[in-house]
Amino acid sequence: MPDVTIGLGCAAGFLVIGATGAAIGRFSFAKTVIYGLSLALSLIALGLALSFLLRHAEASTVILPLGLPGTGAHFRLDALSAFFLLVVSLGGATTSLYALGYGQSERAPLRVLPYYGAFLGGMTLVVLAADAYSVLVAGEFMSLASWALVVAHYRDPAAVRAGYVYLVMASFGTLCLLLAFGLLAHASGEYTFAAMRATKLGPEVAVAVAALALVGAGSKAGVVPLHAWLPLAHPAAPSHISALLSGVMTKVGVYGFVRIVFDVAADQSPWSGLVALTLGGVTAVLGVLYALMQHDLKRLLAYHTVENIGIIFIGLGLALAFRANGQDGVAALALTAALFHVFNHAVFKSLLFFGAGAVLTATGQRDMERLGGLIHVMPKTAVVFLIGCASISALPPLNGFVSEWLTFQAILLSPQLPQWGLKFAVPATGALLALAAALAAACFVKAFGVVFLSRPRSPEAAAAREVDRFSLSAMFVLAALCVLAGILPGFVIDWLSPVTSALTGAVLPHQASMPWLSIVPIAESRSSYNGLIIFLFLTASGLFGAAVIHKFATRATRRSAIWDCGFPLDSPVTQYTSSSFAMPIRRVFGAAVFGVIERVDMPLPGEMRAGHFQVRVRDPAWRFIYGPLARSVARSAQWLNRMQFLTVRSYLTLVFLALIGLLLVVAAWR
Amino acid sequence: MPSLWFDIAHLFAGGVLVLSLVLLYQDRVTAAINVFALQAITLALSVGWQAFIQSEPLLLVTALMALAVKGFVIPMALHRIVRRLDVHREVEQVIGGGATMLAGLALVALSILLLQPVSGAGDVVAHEDIAFALGVVLLGLLMMITRYNAVTQVIGFMSLENGLILAATGARGMPLVVEISVAFSILIAFIVFGVFVFRIRERFDTVDVTVLERFRGERREQG
Repeated sequence: MPDVTIGLGCAAGFLVIGATGAAIGRFSFAKTVIYGLSLALSLIALGLALSFLLRHAEASTVILPLGLPGTGAHFRLDALSAFFLLVVSLGGATTSLYALGYGQSERAPLRVLPYYGAFLGGMTLVVLAADAYSVLVAGEFMSLASWALVVAHYRDPAAVRAGYVYLVMASFGTLCLLLAFGLLAHASGEYTFAAMRATKLGPEVAVAVAALALVGAGSKAGVVPLHAWLPLAHPAAPSHISALLSGVMTKVGVYGFVRIVFDVAADQSPWSGLVALTLGGVTAVLGVLYALMQHDLKRLLAYHTVENIGIIFIGLGLALAFRANGQDGVAALALTAALFHVFNHAVFKSLLFFGAGAVLTATGQRDMERLGGLIHVMPKTAVVFLIGCASISALPPLNGFVSEWLTFQAILLSPQLPQWGLKFAVPATGALLALAAALAAACFVKAFGVVFLSRPRSPEAAAAREVDRFSLSAMFVLAALCVLAGILPGFVIDWLSPVTSALTGAVLPHQASMPWLSIVPIAESRSSYNGLIIFLFLTASGLFGAAVIHKFATRATRRSAIWDCGFPLDSPVTQYTSSSFAMPIRRVFGAAVFGVIERVDMPLPGEMRAGHFQVRVRDPAWRFIYGPLARSVARSAQWLNRMQFLTVRSYLTLVFLALIGLLLVVAAWR
Repeated sequence: MPSLWFDIAHLFAGGVLVLSLVLLYQDRVTAAINVFALQAITLALSVGWQAFIQSEPLLLVTALMALAVKGFVIPMALHRIVRRLDVHREVEQVIGGGATMLAGLALVALSILLLQPVSGAGDVVAHEDIAFALGVVLLGLLMMITRYNAVTQVIGFMSLENGLILAATGARGMPLVVEISVAFSILIAFIVFGVFVFRIRERFDTVDVTVLERFRGERREQG
């Protein structure tokens, strides 16, 4: 049986699971059955994708008699599909495992279970689809299923608003993709990717397709300024769904971009790369800055997704620029970096959302200002969350470092580019990337510190208990993946080689055969990195340091007055809060980027009322783009509404004038 | 065929167009009905002539239908309505007669301008007849939108339809079935309009459509 048939079988299985969820959702055993089946099916798909990449298997195609009459629905499993299928099914598997525990507390299972299978099935179909019609239908199916999951808790007005914004953005994105595929189908005369791939595009068409793909797929992925739905929708969903939305579905958007500009419409100019790269840099920095301002844990994570999508698009833009200049080796390096980061982000963002979900289950709180001290009551969650934080902050020896390091290796090769614009823009983007990485570290120091360290800021936080074993095992699996991919990155890079050879025509040197399991992207004389040695060194030096301290430090008990850090009160409110932690950065970037308004209401001497400090932070995307857009739509709707109340004669006059106008155009045209 | 025959065909078609312009200038309902009847009779002559020069006896049926229904039945019925409703007074016009005439002339110029350069396809008769026919259609539409009176709006609509028939018979090979169905739809439209006019009259004591508009339930107050 060809591989693609197995993949399609998995997708069909997910859809059946969705239908089963609708049928049995009201019974108490339904959650275990649905999530258990999803876990099994995701593991099959995971095995398929992994074996496909390891075998360097040939792409296989299947045509089903569905969809457009005469065309049929084409599905194809090639290296790129297999890699994204791996990401989707890995996310699906761990989420299902997590949901076996977390999902049990769901109050309205019928609003989640049917769409869960449908969502996974939709994502699987998108990565397998190989003609424009199927990919758009599957994409819309995926969007609608995920929309249903976002509004699962529909009594929350925030969730309904998030769902509305999400629906609008998803429709807009699909419109852009529709136009992109329309251009491609016009050029090639067919809807299949195979025909589009074989067609040579004119430069204007290629640029238009790339721009539409960037907007269309970027709105799904969350590229600034199309990210506005993401921080609304991701936190609104139940936490395991948030992990899928953030960790996996944004990657399906990335897949759409890669599929179009690297494969289907591959004749791109270097300037497409420049646009993607610049947008990626801006996205990374703005995403992390927004994230720093948040105090809702899930919102913070959602904004970090925006940042990471930016990092991925930097890699993709670099790959485009290098490939368009014929430097396939460097293009392969940049593409490897981007795809590696896709994998990494899927892993650690799922992990972090699972952690946020665990905190939510244990305390009922998402607001970081009401958390704290959880490391004492939830030590296991704290450890895995810390690993996730370190990974996303790109600290060696974890996986986040490797992909960002690879991206920097590609950036450092930018002087090889012939275009002066790119020579300047790429290092500038590198600076943005460095800034984003540093700010991400600050942000996760804040997230981990405020949530898990210090003392509980609310009774709920003090009364928290460790979560169930399914949730914990899912988180431990992901944390282990973070560590493994970090210390043995060479294997991951080798798995990616079929993808890069298909899309750029070049591969990185075979990494598993390098001495000491180092990774060497170009040549050993230039740069190499060895996660394993760093890991061993860190472990050894840490253990040695601990041993020395335990051996030689005194155990004598000393008694002295407590140093109270200058705080006269012994209350948890005197601790650093999330917003006070972010204050310096807010002050530096605040007025310019966020339009921050800080208002202090200080009681006069003698007054007995409490003082108030108020901070208002606004996303400039709303202020400068969506706000004016929504207002102008409302205004024109108001104006058009008057057209509903004209007299019959006025309507006739309008018809008459339109007719005369058209006739005049015809007369003038000749 | 002698060129005189084409000239006669043009004469009749041009007559229909001129009568459209005459119709546009009428400010009394009874006069407008009479001009409309005259236009229908001219149309019947034109169609009959086309039947002769195209040797299409079936077109004679069309001519007879136009003559009987539009030349006599509908005008008589309209006269009856006008007498019954007592509205044979002046008709209020949205814009003045002179301006309307100028607009009408411009429309005729436009239609000739549009169809004059079309060459090759069709014979000369069809060619110029269609230019006239388009002028009649546009003038009918103009009449519909420049009158407040419901009866004159009906007449405008009927005259517009005369233009369609003129266009259809000018070209060769128009099937009879299409003409019959067009004629029937006009008859139905006439009945609907008639019922409509009576209902307006019963309810509001006038056939001025501006009164009707005031009573539309969903009309928003302009503020």
